[in-house]
Amino acid sequence: MAESKPTISFHDFTSCEGCQLQVLNCEDELLDILGAVDIVEFREAIDDKADSYDVAFIEGAFTRESDRKRLETIRSKAGIVVALGACACTGGLNVLKNFRGLEKSMKTVYGDSADWYETSQALPVEAAIKVDYKVHGCPIPRQEFLEVVTSLLAGRTPRIPDHPVCVECKLRENECLYHKSQYCMGPLARAGCDAWCPSYGGRCYACRGLISDPNNQAAFDVLEEFGLTIDDVLTEFRLFNGVYDVSQPPTEARVEKQ
Amino acid sequence: MAKSLDINVHHLTRVEGHGNIVVRASDGKVEKCVLEIVETPRVFESMIEGLRWRDTSLLTCRICGICSVAHTTASILATDEAFGLELSPESLTLRKLLMYAEVLQSHVLHVYFLAAPDAFGAPSVIPLASSHPEVVKRALKLKKLANYTCAVLCGRHVHPISLVPGGFTYVPPKKGLVELKQLYADARADIEATVETISGVLDKFPSFEREREDISLVRDDEYAIYNGELKSSKAGQIDHRDYLEFIKEKCVEHSTSKHVYNVEESFAVGALSRFNNNSAQLNEFGVAAAKALGLEAPCHNPYLNNVAQVVEAAHAYQEAVNCLDELIAADLTEEKLAPNVVPKAGRGVGATEAPRGLLIHDYTYDENGVCTEANCIIPTGMNLGNIDRDMQKYVPEVIEDRSQDQIEHDLEMLVRAYDPCISCSVHLLKVDWV
Ligand code: SF4
Ligand code: SF4
Ligand code: SF4
Repeated sequence: MAESKPTISFHDFTSCEGCQLQVLNCEDELLDILGAVDIVEFREAIDDKADSYDVAFIEGAFTRESDRKRLETIRSKAGIVVALGACACTGGLNVLKNFRGLEKSMKTVYGDSADWYETSQALPVEAAIKVDYKVHGCPIPRQEFLEVVTSLLAGRTPRIPDHPVCVECKLRENECLYHKSQYCMGPLARAGCDAWCPSYGGRCYACRGLISDPNNQAAFDVLEEFGLTIDDVLTEFRLFNGVYDVSQPPTEARVEKQ
Repeated sequence: MAKSLDINVHHLTRVEGHGNIVVRASDGKVEKCVLEIVETPRVFESMIEGLRWRDTSLLTCRICGICSVAHTTASILATDEAFGLELSPESLTLRKLLMYAEVLQSHVLHVYFLAAPDAFGAPSVIPLASSHPEVVKRALKLKKLANYTCAVLCGRHVHPISLVPGGFTYVPPKKGLVELKQLYADARADIEATVETISGVLDKFPSFEREREDISLVRDDEYAIYNGELKSSKAGQIDHRDYLEFIKEKCVEHSTSKHVYNVEESFAVGALSRFNNNSAQLNEFGVAAAKALGLEAPCHNPYLNNVAQVVEAAHAYQEAVNCLDELIAADLTEEKLAPNVVPKAGRGVGATEAPRGLLIHDYTYDENGVCTEANCIIPTGMNLGNIDRDMQKYVPEVIEDRSQDQIEHDLEMLVRAYDPCISCSVHLLKVDWV
């Protein structure tokens, strides 16, 4: 019965829309998903607007106060809210601008016209509304999106890993980047991407955020082994995980130094 | 009969990013007719400054997930140029193949998912899945092919992994390349069917024209996609490093994205502009598609940008096949692809053709390879002024004959025809406010 199909919506805030594209990139599963649910909002592809959703997926960071209302409306219409991607889960790399000094950022880009436009700190969606589940990553791995959709449809809790990327990397038998004298955040990063980057010769930047109990000591030991300090890797750390030190904003002097 | 209009399409659907169309007219006179850009400023330019060379493309590819390969390419071209890096012929072919795959994917996605519903009279692609399942399946198949190309070559399409300054950090296995070749062979019929489908709905595109200035890359030896010099249909050719001569920016109050101008008050970039400037260099498959679709240069109907996208999809398909042949014959090895980067102080400009048009990244690095200044110019931003002017010409032409709803629909279709990626366009970069 068409009426009893669960309704799903997608909403986007400040993002690159790559995570929504990852959803469309589930080419093999897309038609099945379309058969099992009613997608009632997907701004990129649909004209309709709906009154309620069983599951609302939110992509993008919360970057201006005037978006709070839209987020609250989505929350009030939705049974379950899922944050889709790093932008929504942690603010993602949008958070970098918080460290550049907002006024300065706007001036850099818009010059004297900066006052015409509204912006504020980039924050995770959670800063405005309650989020029930998070699909991490920049972009999200398709397999994790599918796991979340199928679990929620089946009424079970999705399995989101909480162990380091290194575990997956070892399973894939990649040569560890540390052996090639390259710094990698794999020991701190949340797995679930099948060690995507190291498998293609790239360093892990922990785009999926940090595991909840990172073995910081191990990470520091490795840094030490390479003669690096936390400051050396801070720029890289902040690419995706700026939110973790938003509570202690660095001094302007330190930002300038970077 | 004098007519009044009050159109306010809030959060335009089926374009990427947030934009509103606002039209006000009374007594048949248009008072306001603009595309408002309400996307949040993401101020990327200021975020790039302070990053090390290996991180710049990681950040800037996230300007847009849909043109992620193009952003990465523009970014690493800038870094290559700043450091004076030499690229192996194999790396060059790989980079081009990735660009062709992205053009193919983006055009297919746009034509089928975002524009075709208008032509088929459907509110979105979803009802099309039941009314025209073969069309939607074909679209997904082609999209998947392009996507899979990126997965085999650089790990993924959305934010490529191994595509870096100076080369590649991963050697695509021959097995994968051979498999791709087979998949491309199977897809030839799908491209032909796409051309046929769109030639069947040509009458759905309004016949509107406005003379325009087209700006794109140009090369002597091929239809420029990966890199080239700048060409304006009205002002000739210049070195890509002098792009600011053609692209003059100004802030406008109704848009968080800056507007640009050159000879004309506005100019256009994108598939139709490339086609207008370079159609003589299309390969056979592209030429055949253009012929079947009746597209001839110069074409000044902005609605036909969608048709030019189909022509380019055919061209990109054929080029991708040629690249694959070369790569299979070349026997890729780590030595041939490994990036060998030694940072040095300097400025580099990367100019490439994103699916939506000309894209420029301009970086200055210090001697440690830390970016000290960045400027990115994004295609949608360049088209915004042109979209406004098209709308301002179109509305008075039809205000007496078409209803408000019809005009609203036509304008939405017009904006969509440009394939605007509004989330990208608001990162328009820095002008020098001297
Ligand atoms: S998390 Fe990354 S891929 Fe997803 S929308 Fe944000 S920037 Fe794009
Ligand atoms: S390459 Fe990175 S993710 Fe893989 S094992 Fe080494 S540190 Fe861990
Ligand atoms: S390897 Fe690291 S950076 Fe790459 S996708 Fe996984 S978590 Fe993100």
